Amino acid sequence: MGAGSIAIVGAAFLYAAILFLHGDLGFPVGLLSDYYFQVLMLAAINIIVTIGLNLINGFAGQFSIGQAGFMAIGAYVTAMLATFVVPIADFAVPFQILAFIGIVLVSGCAAGFVGYLVGLPSLRLKGDYLAIVTLAFAEVVRSIVRISDEISAGLAHIGLTKLAAQIGGIGGPRGFGGFPQLADIVIGPVRIPTLFTLIFISVVLTVVLARNLVYSSYGRAWLSVRSNELAAEVMGVNSTRAKVLAFVLSGFLAGIAGGYFAFVIRFLHPDSFSFLKSIEYLIFLYAGGAASLSGSIVAAGTLTILPEFLRVIGFDQWRLIAYPLLLIVIMLWRPSGLMGDREFRFLQNPKLRGRHAS
Amino acid sequence: MSWFGQAPRPVLVRLLAFTLAGVLLAVWYVYQYGGAAALQQLINGLQRGSIYALIALGFTMVYGIVKLINFAHGDIFMFGAYIAGFAGSALLGNGHFVAFAGALLISMAATALLGVTIERVAYRPLRDRPRFSALTTAMGVSLFLENFFALPPASVPFPLNYIVFGPNYLSFPQLIPVKYYSFGPIYITSMHILDLGLAIVLMVVLHAFIKHTVTGKAMRAVAFNTDAAKLMGINVDRTIAITFAVGSALGAASGLMYGMTYGILASPYFGIFPGLQAFIAAVLGGIGSIPGAVLGGFLMGVSETFATSINSNLGYMTSFVILIVVLLFRPAGLLGKFQREKV
Repeated sequence: MGAGSIAIVGAAFLYAAILFLHGDLGFPVGLLSDYYFQVLMLAAINIIVTIGLNLINGFAGQFSIGQAGFMAIGAYVTAMLATFVVPIADFAVPFQILAFIGIVLVSGCAAGFVGYLVGLPSLRLKGDYLAIVTLAFAEVVRSIVRISDEISAGLAHIGLTKLAAQIGGIGGPRGFGGFPQLADIVIGPVRIPTLFTLIFISVVLTVVLARNLVYSSYGRAWLSVRSNELAAEVMGVNSTRAKVLAFVLSGFLAGIAGGYFAFVIRFLHPDSFSFLKSIEYLIFLYAGGAASLSGSIVAAGTLTILPEFLRVIGFDQWRLIAYPLLLIVIMLWRPSGLMGDREFRFLQNPKLRGRHAS
Repeated sequence: MSWFGQAPRPVLVRLLAFTLAGVLLAVWYVYQYGGAAALQQLINGLQRGSIYALIALGFTMVYGIVKLINFAHGDIFMFGAYIAGFAGSALLGNGHFVAFAGALLISMAATALLGVTIERVAYRPLRDRPRFSALTTAMGVSLFLENFFALPPASVPFPLNYIVFGPNYLSFPQLIPVKYYSFGPIYITSMHILDLGLAIVLMVVLHAFIKHTVTGKAMRAVAFNTDAAKLMGINVDRTIAITFAVGSALGAASGLMYGMTYGILASPYFGIFPGLQAFIAAVLGGIGSIPGAVLGGFLMGVSETFATSINSNLGYMTSFVILIVVLLFRPAGLLGKFQREKV
């Protein structure tokens, strides 16, 4: 049995353990309150986004700092579709779940398409200039949500009343809430929390996808673009395609994560997707180690849970200070991030196992 | 990338297109809102622009010399504003001029010290490391400054309760009596004059400092080529520290202007937005270029003021849209030098 299979089995055990601690398996354990359950879901969502960001910033060597924009697109598209277009609240349980999966995939594709549009300037812009364009894109997305009322009024003015009502429904600066909740699957004493299960499966799929991509010819193309774009072109790598692909995939993953985020938080506000949110993902990425999938998983997981953990052990007031201090100390101690560019065994290149894969 | 980048080759068509777009927008605005309103917004925009330009100068100087986007610069600006507010309140009994000059000097000195400390602790150890390491600590420093100074003084132990600012707003003392001078339908206040005047004075001083002093020459040398500067016997560490000090001090002056103009400091988080705008201004002008930062700052201020007068949410969006459009046509900013890769 390879390291990958062991990891999958381990993930299954982790899933069962979390359900057990949450008291979903028929035993009244309840060690994990609903609040911490939600924190775990956010950690999983952050892992998906960070891995997506890692494809651009870590592997393809570009510098994108607008991940919150893709998340906002995914979140708002999911919430709008689930509330207005495909009202999943009216569906029976199995169809509801299928419809939700479909909706999340559609929003992922929407964000991926926008990722394509944002990726295009990367053909011309380099380094920090590209970074600021991605940041500007994220803020423009947020601003468009903020002026949704004005857009709605404009649409109503030219006669598109139905669309106008839907656009007006996302609430602009007042926030958008009240979308339907996913029903859990209940089999006898066992309750399977649908949303958590979907998010967990998505994390596993994301990790598998990213690992396989990174060691494929696409991944090698990214690494070659990162080390020297000109040399990569000379060797026949289509650097344009490589970079745009990284942007599309990263947008897709952030879009999916945004869709889940909407249903975990159950209230959307344009300010939830501000520059600070994008910064958060950059912190996860670089604290874990750029170009290390293991680093993204470890850092996004622990740094999401850490502030809550600090609260539990009595640092309630100091946790907002402890977090950045810890981050600075980590970077001074390990300037390449916690994992550098090393990987866990199950994430190493199968062909190079045992050697230091870069 | 040199600080005073050579003038870009004039690309006449693009220049004409940009100018034409600007003129059309201006004509539309005058037609819609009247000439007096337009002139008034232009004056307000220049005032806001002078604040942005000073912050952008700090961004661009630090970037020019260590190639680091100093994400904490907006919070350094915030710190300067608060110190100026406290110093100004304490000195207000000694007359307006003393209070103003004292607040300016004290906040510039304290903020310069903060900038140098941050550089020493968080950036210098990572100078020869991958670029994103220092970038990540910069984000950490930014979060730390915001969250630390927002701690409520009543609930922290002894030495800290004199340092932190608390999460609530601070009304900025009125250091200079505000006078209105009206010219028909438009008016100019003493704040307009003070902001623009102070910004211009500081820019002239900075220009003289960089062009005509030995330290300024060292700064240009380090920005041009750090290794060569080291070989010529320039103390690179000291030069970089001085750059951080000067950039932070300019941020403090800008913070004082912000506080006096708007009269209120919302919370220790208020530096994020002006910091972001100034960062955009620096990139728009061509990051690393000092004239570019000034140009970008004024452009941001004016465009934001005009757009905000149409719709408050539009003001926020406009700067980003302008940025995207300009960078698509001039990938290295307005006055930046685009370096073509050569084999």
